[in-house]
Amino acid sequence: MTLRIAALLACTALGSLPGAAGVLPEDELDAMYHRYDGGGVVVQGPSVLIRKKIGDNFSVSYNYYTDMISSASIDVLLSASPYKETRVQHSASIEYLHNKTTYSATFIHSREPDYIANTSIFSLSQDMFGDLTTVTMSYSRGWDQVFRDIKLSDGAIVNDPTFAQRADHRTYGVGITQILTRNLILSLNYQALTDQGYLQSPYREVLYLDPTQPKGYGTASQVYPGTHTSNAAAVELKYYLPYRAALDGSYRYYTDTWGIVAHTLQLGYTQPWKHWIFDGSVRYYKQNAASFFSDLFPRADAQNFMARDRELAAFTSYTLGVGAAYDFQIPRVPWIQKNTLNLRYNHLMIDYSDYRNALLINPQAGVFAGEEPLYRLDANIIQLFYSLYF
Amino acid sequence: MRVLRVLVALSVLQLLGACAPLEPWVKPYEREHLADPIMALDRNPISSDYLDHVFGTREGAHGATGGAGGGCGCN
Repeated sequence: MTLRIAALLACTALGSLPGAAGVLPEDELDAMYHRYDGGGVVVQGPSVLIRKKIGDNFSVSYNYYTDMISSASIDVLLSASPYKETRVQHSASIEYLHNKTTYSATFIHSREPDYIANTSIFSLSQDMFGDLTTVTMSYSRGWDQVFRDIKLSDGAIVNDPTFAQRADHRTYGVGITQILTRNLILSLNYQALTDQGYLQSPYREVLYLDPTQPKGYGTASQVYPGTHTSNAAAVELKYYLPYRAALDGSYRYYTDTWGIVAHTLQLGYTQPWKHWIFDGSVRYYKQNAASFFSDLFPRADAQNFMARDRELAAFTSYTLGVGAAYDFQIPRVPWIQKNTLNLRYNHLMIDYSDYRNALLINPQAGVFAGEEPLYRLDANIIQLFYSLYF
Repeated sequence: MRVLRVLVALSVLQLLGACAPLEPWVKPYEREHLADPIMALDRNPISSDYLDHVFGTREGAHGATGGAGGGCGCN
């Protein structure tokens, strides 16, 4: 009983070491535990990545990722029952290096009880101008199957046999990483994303004013448009400070055909000390509401498209992050070049401007629909991971 | 018409001239700072992919961050 909101994003492979593209990534094994806890939702699980070079020109990798979800979010409490479920994702990737060009192909398969997603990603990166510039182009294609869970009289949860929908996604990306000076790197990225099909949650509902109801509102299914086109452009600068430390800043502008315009600004600082590397970051995000979003519609069937998903509401969020990485060697194990233990913590705070906490509607106490307090979300995000380079 | 052809030919030559090898203004031996691991734009892709997924499922905006993922938005 989950909802897939994020379109499948293209892996542009722009995050590698700048100025060192045309080099395959190091052989490594990563094992991560992740945990998200906020708004009545806990999502946790492991992620394991293994990457290995084959000869001088090929590198292959495989990632196993799991979300174990326990949800009693405001959306669930409003229109369904708390639930637990698991999502498992497998990713396999191959990279081929030829001179200064790297070709990459990735396949991702994600499965949960009511959602199956398959995604193919292709990208190529080319070094040029004395390796000062790396240009990357990518394309991804996603095929999703959407189901709806129902609870039988004996308590068993199964897919509704009368409900099966599809959603398709395409992403086109282009990026450039440019060494500007001996201390400064610039990265520019642009992505166009198109989605079509069943793009809404089969569970969430809209609210509309209905004085005949005890609480003063009625509920109805959401109706989303069947198509969605988005454009996202990002710029990032990273600067090596006069002492050994790095400062980075990025900005992303996003706009789509549903009327959402969003701004993302992030600042980060990296400070190494002996075998340690410490990170700190601040992320600011702001978006306006989709044109067909309303917290409370004036009546049933008020318009053709109607939504009350929080992700389409207007809100502002701040995320504060800190991280520490510790490099160490294991004696008498010469085939391991380096080990790194990482702990990262982020605190996410979202203030909604037009999404109210409908659980607090209580006409007897004088809290009528549309007058309840705005919703606010605080979440803690923890990642603990170990990386082994061999 | 002949003048036009000459102009086109000159323009093509000009463009070809622009394709002459570009002299790197940051020499390979000047990239010590850039090669430092702290200057990697994404030092831990497995970590940033996860955070992209967390944000992407709770925000209307996504893309242009180099992340990959799929699956649930996890009510």
